[in-house]
Amino acid sequence: MSATKQVLTKPIFANNPIALQILGICSALAVTSNLNTALVMALAVTVVTAFSNFFVSLVRNQIPGNIRIICQMTIIASLVIVVDQFLKAYAYEISKQLSVFVGLIITNCIVMGRAEAFAMKNPPVISFLDGIGNGLGYGAVLMFVGFIRELFGAGSLFGIEILAQVKDGGWYQANGLLLLPPSAFFIIGMFIWIIRSWKKDQVEEPEYVLAPNSKKEAV
Amino acid sequence: MEQLISLFVKAVFVENMALAFFLGMCTFLAISKKVQTAIGLGIAVVVVLAITTPVNNLIFNHLLREGALAWAGYPDVDLSFLGYISYIGVIAAIVQILEMFLDKFVPALYNALGVFLPLITVNCAIMGAALFMVERDYTFGESVVYGVGAGTGWALAITALAGIREKLKYSDVPAGLRGLGITFITVGLMSLGFMSFSGVQL
Repeated sequence: MSATKQVLTKPIFANNPIALQILGICSALAVTSNLNTALVMALAVTVVTAFSNFFVSLVRNQIPGNIRIICQMTIIASLVIVVDQFLKAYAYEISKQLSVFVGLIITNCIVMGRAEAFAMKNPPVISFLDGIGNGLGYGAVLMFVGFIRELFGAGSLFGIEILAQVKDGGWYQANGLLLLPPSAFFIIGMFIWIIRSWKKDQVEEPEYVLAPNSKKEAV
Repeated sequence: MEQLISLFVKAVFVENMALAFFLGMCTFLAISKKVQTAIGLGIAVVVVLAITTPVNNLIFNHLLREGALAWAGYPDVDLSFLGYISYIGVIAAIVQILEMFLDKFVPALYNALGVFLPLITVNCAIMGAALFMVERDYTFGESVVYGVGAGTGWALAITALAGIREKLKYSDVPAGLRGLGITFITVGLMSLGFMSFSGVQL
C-alpha cells in the first residue's frame, strides 16, 4: 500500500514534473493568468496522463519497439480529442480561452514522458496512479502560479474580487506585470528556488567552482 | 507581397513562438547549454516547420474542414474534430521521412542535426504552429511564410539563450537557483525584452 501511496504523492514535491523533470512547461506558462483556466488545464492534463498511462500500459507488450512513439501518440491524440470535445460541449467559454493549448496537451511532454518512462514498464493500475500523481504535481505548480498571478495581478480569485482595486474605488493598486506572460517565468523560477532550498538534494552541481582567493606570494 | 512580409516579421519578433507563446519550452530549456547545438536544433526546427505547416494547411482545407469533402461527394461532412490526430500524424510522418531523406542524400546535414530530428516530433512549437494556422485561417501562401517565420523566431530565441547561458555558467548563482531556476529567470527577462516588439504595428 505504501508503494502505491508513494507513486501518487512523490511527483508533487519530491519529483515534480515541472520543477525537476523539466516536462510540460509550455502550458504552465501560458494558461496561468487566472485560476479558472489553470484549474481546467490541470484537470485536463491529469485525466489525459492517467488514461494514456493506463492504455499504453495495457498494450505495452504488443507494441513493437520501433513504432512505439507513433502508437503512444495515437492513444494520446484520441484522448485529447475526447477532452477537447467534452470541454467544447460543457465549458465553451473556458475552452475558447484555452484556445490552442488544449490541443497542445498532445505534445505536452508530461504525457509522453510518463508513457515512455513509466507505463511501458509497469502494469496498468499502478501506471494509472502514476499518471494521476504527475497530473497533481503539474496541477500544484499551475495552481500556485495562477493563484499569485490572479490575486496580485487582478485582485481576484476565480474571478471573485478579493482585493478591491483602485480603479473600482478600492485600495489595491494591481500589478499589471503579473498578468503579462514573462511574470510566469519569474514565479516558476522562485518556486524552484523555494523547493530546492527545502529539498537540498535537488540542487544542481555547478559547472565551474570559483577558486578561493589566493595570496600573492612576495617575489 | 507586403502583407506576407509583415506576417513574416510578426511571426519572428512580435509573436515569437518561444518568448511570446512559450511553445517548445521543454527543448528550449533542456538543449540550450551550448550555442553550437542550439543552432543545429534551430535549423532543424525551421526546416520541419516550413514543411509541416503548409502540408497541414492543405490537409485541413481539402480534407477536414466543413464542406471540404464536397469533391468526393460528401458536402455535409465536417471532420474538423479529427484535426489533432491528423496533424500529429503528419508531423511524425514528415519528420521520419525527412530523417530518411537526409540520411540518404545530405549526410552532412543529417550528421549535424543528429539526435535532434526525432525529438522535434514532440516539440510543441511545431504542433502549435499547425493549430495557430487553423485558428487564424491562413491561406496556403500565408502558411508557408508563417511556418518559416515561426521557425526562424524560435531558432533566434534559442541561440540567444544559449549565448547567455554560456556566459552565465561562470557566475556565482545561489545554490537553489542554480541550473534550471536561473534559466527560468533569464528567459523571463528575455521575454520582457521581446514584449517591447508587441507595440510594433505592421
